[in-house]
Amino acid sequence: MTGTSLRTYLITRLALVLPMVFILLTLVFLLLRVAPGNPIEAALGGHVPAAYVHQIERRLGFDKPLITQYGDYLWNILRGHLGTTITDNRPLSQIIEQNGAATLELTFFAMLIAIVVGVLVGLVAGRYRDTPLDVFGRLFGILVYATPVFFLGLMAQLVFGVWLNWLPTSDQASPLTQALLQTHTNIYFIDAIWDGNWGALWDVTKHLILPASTLGLVTAGVFIRLVRVNVIRTLRDDYIEAARARGIVERRVVYAHAFKNALVPVITIVGLNLATLLGGAVLTETTFNWPGIGHELVLYLENRDYVAVQGIIVVFALVVVAVSVLVDFINAYVDPRIRY
Amino acid sequence: MAASAPAAPRTPYGRARLLALGRATKPIRDASGIARAMFWSGVAITFFFIVLAVFAPLISPYNFNQYKSGGIRFPQLGHPSAAHWMGTTVQSSDVMARVIYGAQTELKVVVIALAMSLTVGVPLGLISGYFGGILDRFLVLIMDALFAFPYLLIAIVIAFLLATSSIGGGILTAAIAITAAYVPLYFRVVRNHVISVREEPYVDAARALGARPRTVIRKYVFFNVVQNVPPIATLNAADAILLLASLGFLGYGIQPTQGAEWGYDVSRAVSDAASGIWWTGLFPGLAIVLLVTGLTLVGEGLNETINPVLRRRRFGRFEFEPVPGPTEEAE
Repeated sequence: MTGTSLRTYLITRLALVLPMVFILLTLVFLLLRVAPGNPIEAALGGHVPAAYVHQIERRLGFDKPLITQYGDYLWNILRGHLGTTITDNRPLSQIIEQNGAATLELTFFAMLIAIVVGVLVGLVAGRYRDTPLDVFGRLFGILVYATPVFFLGLMAQLVFGVWLNWLPTSDQASPLTQALLQTHTNIYFIDAIWDGNWGALWDVTKHLILPASTLGLVTAGVFIRLVRVNVIRTLRDDYIEAARARGIVERRVVYAHAFKNALVPVITIVGLNLATLLGGAVLTETTFNWPGIGHELVLYLENRDYVAVQGIIVVFALVVVAVSVLVDFINAYVDPRIRY
Repeated sequence: MAASAPAAPRTPYGRARLLALGRATKPIRDASGIARAMFWSGVAITFFFIVLAVFAPLISPYNFNQYKSGGIRFPQLGHPSAAHWMGTTVQSSDVMARVIYGAQTELKVVVIALAMSLTVGVPLGLISGYFGGILDRFLVLIMDALFAFPYLLIAIVIAFLLATSSIGGGILTAAIAITAAYVPLYFRVVRNHVISVREEPYVDAARALGARPRTVIRKYVFFNVVQNVPPIATLNAADAILLLASLGFLGYGIQPTQGAEWGYDVSRAVSDAASGIWWTGLFPGLAIVLLVTGLTLVGEGLNETINPVLRRRRFGRFEFEPVPGPTEEAE
């Protein structure tokens, strides 16, 4: 029974994704292409000969009617061609490969920190509801949520970078490491392990600590709140009451019965927060000069490079959709009730 | 509480409304120790910032873009001192004045943005949820797509496009960018609630009495659904402050000549931090943290008291509400 229904669920879910992707892509196109103003002139600045502008327009297909442009745009994305940036002629595939890897490294470790901190504090706060521990946990959650990631980053730079001088405050690795490290995956952390280059690994880790903890802590605020509420809800459920009635020790009721069930929705929460995390990554990368895809987005926005902006936004949209499908799928796998 | 009002002649409708207000705020008045303390400290913090914003010209020692006084230029990056309690920036403006005037900017933008997202999101959700059909399918598809997307990016793109167009950067641009990011949220919350309310017996009854859809939505569905909005709107206001600060940090918020904005000030302070200068970033940053914390405490307090799942009464007792007199029938 499980085999077929899980497959059916997956197929239905994937079928539902297509219109969503289509709508997101259309919205991006509408916003960036139909918006008034000439994107090429905007990107190159006002003092370029008209002939040169036309030449680039022709290369990008911007001289065609909008509906043709729209068709080309969708077709190119379908083929995986995201184009080349206007301002520095960089293929978007290269941006995804290199800067995307840096973002992946940052967000992975940030998510790890967020889950560990969020789940621990949330469980304790929910278990000891309305005690000082709970108040402390909740206030901590609210405070880290209320702190803008760039402000926390700035303070971390000031304390650990400038005053204590323990950790580097910008870039993904020191210039020497960047020059010497061979790239296999573009993810420095993995590359260093791959080569067994422990000096480089230490250097990469040192660069990673401040940005990842900053982004992770800020994201943990949301987790704390949700895990706490989940624990409170679960502790009220009938089966907990039943376990207590059977005379099971309170410790066991809480740890074996309540916590496990309270943690199942965490998968969904993690997935839902990936979008927030990507948004936070844009700010963290800008604060720490981390060469990720969000940092690139900000730079290209400043240079008004519409092709680059459009490409990066499309990538973000696809990643978000893919993760939401993945989360639904894991949920359906873990909890058969979802697969109606 | 409502009953103690002076015995002025009241229409039954007004009285029912007052009673409804009393009933709606009862959970807040009934809240137990910690929820109560958190809620009221949140209210106090929020109130403090509202006072700062409204009376900024009276409270602040200088104007937000003032860099000299009595012909003498303020020191550049001056340490906090008696003349400048929070120090001065690289442009010689007073950090404290910028923090105080910043409250004005934040509140203006957030109030406009919230008003706009509510006026767009709530009616759309009501109509979409109540009537269903193709319109509903279509709207849900668009809103879900937008909702899944990082809302900071939506706001950045909108702010970028507006700033490039003739509107330029400013309070309205920032507010529109924030609105675009939040409409999907209100739409979803309202629509999903409408769907569950739509089938309630009292809505059926109103329909059976021959009330027009307009009347049913306005009189029965709206008041039931709108109860969910205050906690969300408060938490959203907190979020909107963070969003505005993030836009400001990236340079897409308020133009520096138009007003002081905390996020923008923090972004200016990043280069100061490298040389160990802490006051230009610390104070505007703390202002953001404090105001967002205050609003979050209010929102969580509302949530905890209004949401029956989380509510915990001081005593286990349950009082039946006095039944309000018969209200008017459907139009």
